[in-house]
This record gives sequence, C-alpha cells and structure tokens, in this order.
Amino acid sequence: MEEAKTILSTKNLECFFGDFQAVKGISIDYKEKSINAIIGPSGCGKSTYLRSLNRIHEEIPGAYNKGEVNLLGKNIYEKDVDPVLIRRNIGMVFQKPNPFPSLSIFDNVVIGLKLQGVKNKSLLQEKAEHSLRKAALWDEVKDKLNKPGTSLSGGQQQRLCIARTIAVDPPVILMDEPTSALDPIATASIEELMMELKKEFCVIIVTHNMQQAARVADNTAFFVLGELIEQGASEQIFTNPKQKKTEDYITGRFG
Amino acid sequence: MMIETTNYYRWRKFKNRFFQFLLIMAAIAVLTPILLIVQYTFVKGAGSLNLDFFTNLPKPVGEVGGGMRHAILGTLYLVAIGAAIAVPIGIMAGIYLAEFDKKSALSRILSFAIDLLTGVPSIIVGIFAYILLVVPMKSFNAMAGGVALSIIILPIVTRATEEILKLVPDHIREAGLALGIPRWKVIFMIVVPGSFKGIFTGVMLAISRAAGETAPLLFTAFGNMYMSYRIDQPMASLPVQIYNYAISPFEDWQRQAWGGAFVLIIIVLGINLTSRAIINRNELINFFSELKKKLNSKKA
Ligand SMILES: Nc1ncnc2c1ncn2[C@@H]1O[C@H](COP(=O)(O)OP(=O)(O)OP(=O)(O)O)[C@@H](O)[C@H]1O
Ligand SMILES: [Mg+2]
Repeated sequence: MEEAKTILSTKNLECFFGDFQAVKGISIDYKEKSINAIIGPSGCGKSTYLRSLNRIHEEIPGAYNKGEVNLLGKNIYEKDVDPVLIRRNIGMVFQKPNPFPSLSIFDNVVIGLKLQGVKNKSLLQEKAEHSLRKAALWDEVKDKLNKPGTSLSGGQQQRLCIARTIAVDPPVILMDEPTSALDPIATASIEELMMELKKEFCVIIVTHNMQQAARVADNTAFFVLGELIEQGASEQIFTNPKQKKTEDYITGRFG
Repeated sequence: MMIETTNYYRWRKFKNRFFQFLLIMAAIAVLTPILLIVQYTFVKGAGSLNLDFFTNLPKPVGEVGGGMRHAILGTLYLVAIGAAIAVPIGIMAGIYLAEFDKKSALSRILSFAIDLLTGVPSIIVGIFAYILLVVPMKSFNAMAGGVALSIIILPIVTRATEEILKLVPDHIREAGLALGIPRWKVIFMIVVPGSFKGIFTGVMLAISRAAGETAPLLFTAFGNMYMSYRIDQPMASLPVQIYNYAISPFEDWQRQAWGGAFVLIIIVLGINLTSRAIINRNELINFFSELKKKLNSKKA
C-alpha cells in the first residue's frame, strides 16, 4: 500500500488568550483522506487548537498563536500568508448549527462561492446540488431551496452547514463537536456522512463521544490541560492505550 | 406527606393577582396619553381638514380659509434633507462601532459623542445650525434646517444600527470567516443585510422623531407663508407653522393649527405604520394567502 500523504501538520503549536496559554506545544500530522479525532476533558483546549488550524482563533481580541501549522508544507502563520486563502482551504463546521439566518437554503450553500466572485448561475446551481447531495440533504430540501436556512431541523441545519463548507471545496475540514447538539438518528447520519467525506477530504473532528471517535476516526489524539498525552491509530488508543491517563479517560475513570 | 398548604396557596395566588394588576395598570398608564393625544387632536383638528387645507397656501391675515400645503411639503423636504445626510453616515458609524476596533480610542470617543449628541437639547442643535449655516449665508434657509434635523437623526440611527448588529451572535461572523470570506464582505454581505429589518426600523424611528421637531427649525429654516423649494431660502414646516398659528390671536389660524397638528400626527404614525408594513410584508402576504385558502376550503 502506498504511503498516504501528509496534508496538514502542527509543530509545537501553542495558543494563547492574552497571558493565558490554552494549548501547550502540540505536534500532530494529518494524512490525506483520513478522519482524525481529538478527545479530552472539557476545557483542555480542543476547540482552541482546532480554531488555530484555520486561523479563526486570532479573531478573538487578545488571542494569538506560536509554533507552526503546515498546510502542504507551507506554514500558514508566516507573515505573508493571507488568512482568507487559508480558510478557503481549511473549512470548518461548528458545534451549534449556524446557517446564515438571512439567507435561503440555496444561498447558504453557495454564499462562499458567490462572495468569491462566482456569478455563473448554472455553475452555482450545479455546485449547490452537488454539495447538498454530498451532505445527504438534497432529497429533503430540493423542493424548498428558497426557504430560509433556519427553517430546517437541527440535524438538517448541521448538514446544510457541512454542504456550505464542501461547496468551496477545501481539502481539509474541521469539525468541532458537530453532533453534540443532535439526536442519535441525526448523529448517525452525520457520521455516515463523515465516512463519505473521508473519500476526498481530510477531516479533523473534536468530540466528547468516545464511541463516535472509535467508530469513525482512523487516528485519535488525547489532550489534557492543553497538552497532547497520546496519539495514534484509534484502534490502538481505544483498545491498548500506552498512557495511564488515556486509559483512565476512555474507561470513564477520569475526565 | 400531607399537602396542606391551602392558606399559603391562597396568599400566593393573591400576590400573583396583585402584581398582575399593578402591571396592567402600568400598561394602561402608558397607553392613556397616546390615546388621549390622538383622540384630542382628531376631535379638534379633523374638522379643519378639507381639500383647501392640503392644496392652498395661507390667506392674508383676516381672511378666513387657506391651507398649509407649503408647510406639509416643507416638512417632507426638510426631513428628506436631514435623512439624506444622517442616515448613510449614521449607519456607517453604527457598523464601525459594532464591527470594527471595538476597543479603540476612536470608537470609545465616538460612542461617548453619540451619547452626548442624543442628550443635546434640540434648541441647542438649532442654535448650532444657525451659527454654522444661517449667519454666513445671511438668511434663514432650508439647508440649515435640514442639517439641524440631521443632527437629531444621526445619533439615533448610529445607536440603533450598533445595537442591532451587536445582537448578531459572533458565531455567524465566524461561520462567514471560516468559509474564506474576507471580514468586510462578511459584515456587508451577511451581517448587515441580515439585520436590515432592525436597522430600517431604527431609521424610521429617527425620521419620524425629526419630522415632529420644532426647536431646531425655529431659527434655521424659520418658516414662511408661501411655497418655496429653494434650499437657500426660508422654508415652512408643519411644527413651526403650528407653533406660529397657535400663538397667533386669530381664531381661524388657531383652528388651522389644530388641523396641522392632526396632519403631523398622521404623518408620524404613517411613517411608523408603513415601515412596519414593509417589514412585515411577508407576514402580510402569508396572512392573505392563508385567508384565501380558508375561504376556498369553505367554498368546497
Ligand atoms: N475567549 C476566551 N478567552 C479566554 N480564555 C478562553 C476563551 N475561550 C476559551 N478559553 C479558555 O481556554 C481553555 C481551552 O478552552 P477550549 O474551548 O479550547 O476547551 P475545549 O477543550 O474545547 O472544551 P469543551 O470540551 O468544553 O468544548 C479553557 O481553559 C478556557 O477557559
Ligand atoms: Mg470545545
């Protein structure tokens, strides 16, 4: 089997809120076409770490980063890099479904393309259908594309947000607890969707759901208090962890 | 365990009723002046209204009749000048306060200035416009009146825009940024259009407030007794016309002042109601289509 290519990697990544350091030097490699889970107790810096991968973290007043995030070998924190271009290559799905309330379902999906200057109607139409199909939402919304995005159910809204992210075609997709606001059925459909996305994208997902990580992720990283305790193939992490802390956490004795 | 709290329950129920009663009284206290004002101006003013009132200009002193066409149009004209100046600037300033450099010195100074401006008595605004535009032009003029009204409108629009935009949760902005949309486009293409209704309501509120102002116009646009569209000449307005007629010794003018007051109230209410109707257009459309469906199903 040919060795999968590393698409994204962090090297000694540190994240700060003013004086407070939330993430303390984390180095992980992410391969193409893989799902990577990040687990750990609440407040350990998972979201902060994830938000540093697409330079959203720095939008919070006083927040900044140290270390490297390499996208295809290029450090995205170098001075001449435009965060806007980085974010077009590293998409993000948030914990709470957040479709744009003023936009229709259709516009929610294509807004990224539209604001990048794509005007061709049939191309937008095509992209919208493609992305909604990929997000397993097309059949449910194809007759009401002009309804507001917020008129959908929570699970549908989350899939709409995934469609919106896919539409700009980023090779890497970040997801911060994308199913924590959803019921088991909607969760199952999002998980199925992730397996589908894996065929094309590198997905990095933060989750509190250990079964979910074990089910969908190829690799899992375990954080505590801003530090990386252990990382490896999910199978190994969940069946044969090397660190005592990891074992305690996944068996529910600590966290 | 026994559930034996009947007395307590009665006492609690009484307290509940009592506070509900207080709140209802407060609501009535708020409604009363509004209803009385509308009712009183209607009774006193509606009688003076006829076609002449809207289409004619004032008659010479002593002659009965004539109308306020010049003042009605003048008010619309002055408010339009004021809005044309203040609404774009106010919206932009509001966006700046809510979306950019929230903690910068400039935005703190601006925010403080808006508070001050809101509190400046409108007569002072008039004096300011007088010194700025009437003194150098050596004549009362409509431009000075419009500028004075714009100073009334500006802080209201700025604050309203800022407050409305602050209601938009940050995760909406982050969702836009995460799509690789530049910050300014996120603000102008997603956040602001999404808050259109709220900003529009603020603008309409500010405009209807300005339409009723007298003090800023007394020594700027000043007023006159004939029709004028010239921006460098005095211009009549309803509030000033009402004021002049109301303090005059002529009975027919006093009667017309009531008519003017009634028209002014209708204009202000009209602005409010139309803006509401525009905002709720979809709800209106839905209402009628539902109604139609119901009627149709009854027929069937
Ligand atoms: N805006 C902020 N300003 C200051 N500190 C913050 C801010 N957001 C988060 N933190 C702190 O940074 C640390 C990491 O927070 P983060 O949200 O990354 O945790 P998390 O692992 O995602 O937790 P959860 O599982 O609850 O989502 C926490 O100690 C938190 O208090
Ligand atoms: Mg989190």
